[in-house]
Amino acid sequence: MTTDPMTSAPMTSAPVTSAPQPAAAGGSMIAIEAVSKWYGEFRVLSGCSTAVSRGEVVVVCGPSGSGKSTLLKCVNALETFQEGQITVDGTRVRDRATNLPRLRARVGMVFQHFELFPHLSVIDNLTLAPRKVLGRSKEAATKRGLDLLARVGLSAHAQKHPGQLSGGQQQRVAIARALAMDPVVMLFDEPTSALDPEMVGEVLDVMVELARDGMTMMVVTHEMGFARKVADRVVFMDRGEIVEDVAKDTFFDRPRSERAQQFLSKILAH
Amino acid sequence: MFANFDFSVIGASLPYLFGQGMVFTLTLTALAATGGIVFGTLLAMMRLSSIPGLTHAAKLYVELMRSLPLVLVIFWFYFLVPYIGAWATGSATPIQVGAFSSALITFTLFEAAYFAEIMRAGIQSIPRGQTAAARALGMSYAQTMRLVVLPQALRNMLPLLLTQTIVLFQDTSLVYVLSLTDFLGAASKVAQRDGRLVEMYLFAALVYFAVCFTASLLVRRLQARTAIVR
Ligand SMILES: Nc1ncnc2c1ncn2[C@@H]1O[C@H](COP(=O)(O)OP(=O)(O)OP(=O)(O)O)[C@@H](O)[C@H]1O
Ligand SMILES: [Mg+2]
Repeated sequence: MTTDPMTSAPMTSAPVTSAPQPAAAGGSMIAIEAVSKWYGEFRVLSGCSTAVSRGEVVVVCGPSGSGKSTLLKCVNALETFQEGQITVDGTRVRDRATNLPRLRARVGMVFQHFELFPHLSVIDNLTLAPRKVLGRSKEAATKRGLDLLARVGLSAHAQKHPGQLSGGQQQRVAIARALAMDPVVMLFDEPTSALDPEMVGEVLDVMVELARDGMTMMVVTHEMGFARKVADRVVFMDRGEIVEDVAKDTFFDRPRSERAQQFLSKILAH
Repeated sequence: MFANFDFSVIGASLPYLFGQGMVFTLTLTALAATGGIVFGTLLAMMRLSSIPGLTHAAKLYVELMRSLPLVLVIFWFYFLVPYIGAWATGSATPIQVGAFSSALITFTLFEAAYFAEIMRAGIQSIPRGQTAAARALGMSYAQTMRLVVLPQALRNMLPLLLTQTIVLFQDTSLVYVLSLTDFLGAASKVAQRDGRLVEMYLFAALVYFAVCFTASLLVRRLQARTAIVR
C-alpha cells in the first residue's frame, strides 16, 4: 500500500476540537464535508468533516451514541442528512440526480449483526446481488462467489445456510458478500462486537488481509489492536462531532483532546 | 336410533358429491387463497409504506372488509358488479359476470383483508437490518421486498396463512346464495331429492371436519419443519 501524503502530513496545526481538515480534493475516495444531521431536535452529527483516500484505512471510534454508525450510514445513503455533502468516488450522495442504488452497489457494508439472508444458502447470499443488481450471469457470480469463499476460508460451507454457521463464520461470509459486488470502498460497523471473543480474531484477520490488499476501508471498531496494526488514521467522535482526526500513531501516543484521552484510557484499561 | 336411517344414499351419490361438489370447493378455495395472498401482500406493503395516502387507503379497505359479513359482500358484489363494470367500460347495459367469477372475485377481495393483516405482521417480523443489508447491496425497494423480505415473511407466516385458508375453505359454502353448487350445496341437493336430510348433513359435517382437521395437523407439522434457523 502506498503511503498517502495526507497520512504523514503534520496535523499539529489543526485545532483540536474543530473539524480538522478539508476533504482532500483529488485522491479521496470518500469526502465528508461539514455534515450535520438531526433527529427532530436532536443533533446526531454536527459539522463532521473528514476524508478517506484511495487505499487508506480509517478507524472511527468513540463512546456509545456518539454518531459513528450514523456517519457511516450517511456515506452509503442508508441515512439521510440535512447539511453538508458527502462525495463517494466522485458521486455526490446528497444530490437528487444521484442514483442511490447504483452508488450503494459500489460501496460494501458489513454490519454488527452480519445480516446474512437466512432463507438463502451461503453461496446464494453471495450471488444474489451480483446477479440481480449487476446483472451478472449465474455462472460468473457463482465462480466469483466461490473464489471469495475460498479467500475467507469457508469453501466447505457454500451450500449451508447462515444459521448453521458460527458467528465468526457468518461475519466472514458477510464480508465476502460485500466483496462480491467489487466495491471501491468497504464500510464496517463494529464487525466484531457481536462476536464471542474467540471468534474476533478470525474476522480481524480477514480484514487485515483486505487492508493489505489495498482496499479503501472505513471501520467503526473498538478493536484498538486492529487500529494499531492496519489503520492509517483514526477518527475520534464524541457527541456527534469529530473531535480528532489524526495519524494512528499520533492518536495512540499523543491524543490531544481530553475526551480522546479519557476514552483511550477507558478502552485500553479493560 | 339410526334404525330408519338409510346411509346407502351417501354411497350412491359419492361421485356427484366429490367429483363435482368437492372439486368446486377446492378450486374456489385454492384460487381465492392465491389471489387473496397476492392482493393481501400488496395491501400490507401499502399499509407499511411511508406514503400517507396509500397507508390510509389500505387501512380503510382492511377495516371495512373485516367489519362486513361475508354473505353480504357476496350478495352486494354479485348484484353491483355488473353495473360497476358497465359504468367503468362505458357500456349501456350491465356487464355479464358469471356467478363463479363473481364468487371468486368476492372471496379474493374479502380474504385479502385477512391475509393483509397476516402479511403485515410477517413483514414487520423481519429485522430492519435485513432491509438495510439489501439496500446496502444496491437493491431497489422492489428487489428488497421480492428477494429478501417477502420470502422470509411468507415462510414465517405460512402456518397462519394456511390456517386462514382452512377458514376460507369453510366459508366457500356461502356460495349457495349465488345458486352455485359446492360440496355442501351438492350434499343438500341430494338430501332434498332423496328426503335424507339427517344422513347427508351428518356426512357433510364429517367430511368438513376430516378435511379441516387433517389440514391443521399438516400445518402444525409444517410449522415445526420450516422454522428458519437464525
Ligand atoms: N432513528 C433514530 N431516531 C432518533 N435517534 C436516533 C436514531 N438512531 C440513532 N439515534 C440516536 O443517535 C445517536 C447516535 O447513534 P449511533 O447509532 O450513530 O451511535 P454510535 O456511535 O454508533 O453508538 P454505538 O457505539 O452504541 O453503536 C444516539 O444517541 C442514538 O440514540
Ligand atoms: Mg453504532
